[in-house]
Amino acid sequence: MNHILNLFNYWVFVLLLMIGFYAVIARDNLVKKLLGLSIFQAAVFLLFISMGKVSGGTAPIVLDGDWDAIFSNPLPQVLILTAIVVGISTLALGLAIVVRIKEAYGRISDVDAPERRSGPP
Amino acid sequence: MIAVLTIFLLCLCVITALGVVRAGNLFTAVMLMGIYSLLMAAVFLLLDAPDVALTEAAVGAGISTVLLLSALSLTAEEEHAGGIEPVLAAAVVLITAAIIFYATFDKPPLGDPDAPVHRHVAADYVPMTQEQVDIPNVVTAVLATFRGYDTLGEVVVVLTAAIGVLFLIGPDAPQGRHAPSGNLAEGGLKHHQPLRIVGKIAIPFIILFALYVQFHGEYSPGGGFQAGALLAAAIILYGLLEGRHAAASVIHPAVLRTMAAGGALLFGGVGVTTMLLGGRFLEYNVLRDDPIDAQHLGILVIEAGVGVTVAGVLILIYHAFAARGRP
Amino acid sequence: MNLVPHLPALQVVLPLLVAPILVLLRDARLCWLAALATSVTGLCIAIAITGQVLDGETLRYAMGGWAEPHGIGLRVDELSTVLLLVVNGASTLALLGGRASLLEQVGEPRQNLLFAAWLLAVAGLSGILVSADAFNIFVFMEISSLASYILIAGGPSRRALPAVFKYLIAGTVGATFYLIGVGMVFMMTGTLNISDMELRLAEVGDTNVIIVAAGFITIGLALKAAVFPLHAWMPNAYAFSPHIVTAFIAACSTKVALYVLLRMDFFVFQKNLVNHEWQFAFVLMPLAAFGILFGSIAAVFEQNIKRALAFSSLAQIGYILLGASLITVAGFNAAVLHLFNHALAKGALFLAVAGIGMRFAHLRLDEVRGAGRRMPWTLTAFAVAGLSLVGIPGTAGFVSKWALILAVLDRGGLGVALLVLIIVSSLLAVVYVGRIVEALWFGEPAGKDQAVREAPPMMLVATWIAVAANLWFGLDASLPGELAGRAAEDFLRHLP
Repeated sequence: MNHILNLFNYWVFVLLLMIGFYAVIARDNLVKKLLGLSIFQAAVFLLFISMGKVSGGTAPIVLDGDWDAIFSNPLPQVLILTAIVVGISTLALGLAIVVRIKEAYGRISDVDAPERRSGPP
Repeated sequence: MIAVLTIFLLCLCVITALGVVRAGNLFTAVMLMGIYSLLMAAVFLLLDAPDVALTEAAVGAGISTVLLLSALSLTAEEEHAGGIEPVLAAAVVLITAAIIFYATFDKPPLGDPDAPVHRHVAADYVPMTQEQVDIPNVVTAVLATFRGYDTLGEVVVVLTAAIGVLFLIGPDAPQGRHAPSGNLAEGGLKHHQPLRIVGKIAIPFIILFALYVQFHGEYSPGGGFQAGALLAAAIILYGLLEGRHAAASVIHPAVLRTMAAGGALLFGGVGVTTMLLGGRFLEYNVLRDDPIDAQHLGILVIEAGVGVTVAGVLILIYHAFAARGRP
Repeated sequence: MNLVPHLPALQVVLPLLVAPILVLLRDARLCWLAALATSVTGLCIAIAITGQVLDGETLRYAMGGWAEPHGIGLRVDELSTVLLLVVNGASTLALLGGRASLLEQVGEPRQNLLFAAWLLAVAGLSGILVSADAFNIFVFMEISSLASYILIAGGPSRRALPAVFKYLIAGTVGATFYLIGVGMVFMMTGTLNISDMELRLAEVGDTNVIIVAAGFITIGLALKAAVFPLHAWMPNAYAFSPHIVTAFIAACSTKVALYVLLRMDFFVFQKNLVNHEWQFAFVLMPLAAFGILFGSIAAVFEQNIKRALAFSSLAQIGYILLGASLITVAGFNAAVLHLFNHALAKGALFLAVAGIGMRFAHLRLDEVRGAGRRMPWTLTAFAVAGLSLVGIPGTAGFVSKWALILAVLDRGGLGVALLVLIIVSSLLAVVYVGRIVEALWFGEPAGKDQAVREAPPMMLVATWIAVAANLWFGLDASLPGELAGRAAEDFLRHLP
């Protein structure tokens, strides 16, 4: 039982990763693909933050000058702050492309279809 | 107790994620996505990561929801069935899942203080922060000084997104023949009195909170990025309530451009200054005689750069989406 | 102030900080000049760094003054140098010749944003090459990727948009896979510094987590490097981007992803993972072989010149991967040489294509027939660069293909099979290059082509500099040879 609890966060990470990944590859709607991508990325955030947790620790902010308290690991948190920013930047750019695709084609799914004709043999 | 709460929230995360994928209406999917981010933020808080939680809440639940909704108002709400064969997709996904699942069994258990990730570099950051930087928020110390170069990269990523959005759907970008006429986001919610009143009461508090987060980031959760996102949220909220032009009259888009580029230049400028003073790039110690004072100064300035760029970029992106469409 | 110790940092920081300034400028010509000047300076820095590396130094730089592994370090060795020259050289030549073409294809009002994105792409790619930190590589990978999406989306056809969206999805999934892998390694070692990872992996190299992490990193980077069969995003992204952008991106962006793949697989995992060579023997080598065949055949049947060259790139990426997956010193040497030489050949070809693109709206073979008679200089350049792509003696392409053949022959029976593969695909290259050249020189012009004249002088200059580099490095391969040789020696030190 304890073993399951200990790895629960990682299993949820796997599940969320796969739900997002499924949306990215199986859905044809471009906005849905981007939503899938966001779920996918958020799952990775969970992986990093989970590995940074220390039992009995607190957030890595020193209160009242107590530098010797047990702190959770600050490094994964820093990395994920950066990754969140990267995620929103990708989302914004992706949405801008979707808006242009809508303007150019009049639809936001199945835009790939005309390309298939001239694809490789 | 906290473990149970975490498990409960994580289950909700999975359910909402499934909802996002299954929802046929994109508006529903976007709303569920906001809830997903908020749940995730709560989990981060329980896992001792308040900085990350604050950011995920402001960005994931706030800004990205607004962007998605603005994009939807320009595209379409209903999703039509289609895509590659679900069987093939499911197979790819399941194989990948099985592989990672296989990996989880060798992972150190959650919270194990002896896990390698806590024993090496990370273990030194707390004493190093105490001796050489002396600010209480270790996350800010790592972000702004030990890994400041990454943070500069992050600011540039945000700026790149703004450049891209302006390039693609800015005022000079070409429009296709299917461009929609008018834009729902342009006008605001002028006819919804209750929303306007409640919303406008919130705005000053958000701005105040943003300033607090900006200048108190060394002592409590927060910093330039979160502050920038909050400030942007306040202005965007104003725009949603009163219309885009009202938001543009608060901060003009030309000013926003200057903010977006200027923040990154301010950050980089600190690096160039330290080089000129004989240090390495972003080596704040050379800024002043006392290294700890110098660290504080460096962190203050670069955090300001981060905040200015992030606020400028996010508002700029909002304007680009809200102004799109035929006049 | 002595600039020399700061060179690795300046290589990245200079374009990174000029880009925001360009956002604020309005004048298209000024922006082009600033971008070109920055790029030329970047090339000079890269050359200066090469000089230092050739003197036997591995350059190191501690960002923020914090020593590795606590701070982020920069580290420039022979392998990084080869690609620093490629990235900055390709950017400089493309900018030098590309002003008119970019003005025509993207339009005047957005030039400042375009050049800002261009410099960010250069900064991102250079940042990956000089970094010694696995997470920092992720950050700069994202800078370069987002910037490349912008550049590609500038293409005049509406089909650029779905192409770039596909690239964005593939690129983000690839980068996220890489991040997952790095996260898992970080979890087991507690470090993000690449050299430190290699040391600390020794204890945990046989855990499931690390094996899976290596897989994720390799797949993610293979997706970014357009390794067969993960190349679906590539042909259209190359075909529909502005011509000059194609010349720049095709010369360097997939190669930088391959660089990270080599760096992680060989300099971090190879020493520590039991049976890690199986990943190469049973997965990457077959994929490389299929990629070579598929790419070459698809190029032969493709009507659009840019798409044909994109499929050819797929085959060439296969060559590089094939050399690396031999896991021998000779193979690694050949792979590094081909990274350099293929960039020269493809860069020159796409520059020539950009010249043709200035005179023809569509780059389909049946529409550009007979163009060679009106623009002989461009077409001669195309033909010579094509010879280098095929690997004719006297050109740069020959040097690396020959090195690859020698490396392959060390492998006995398998080597003979691979040799046959290389010969077949080279013959296919003769066919696909030959058929383009034939159509351009000997085809009957389709309809009225009064408007067709030689490409603008600046573009010819840039194209011919690239062609001259192909010939120079074909006759005297000592510079890339020396760098690749030393990179291979370094590689030897990281074998178990």
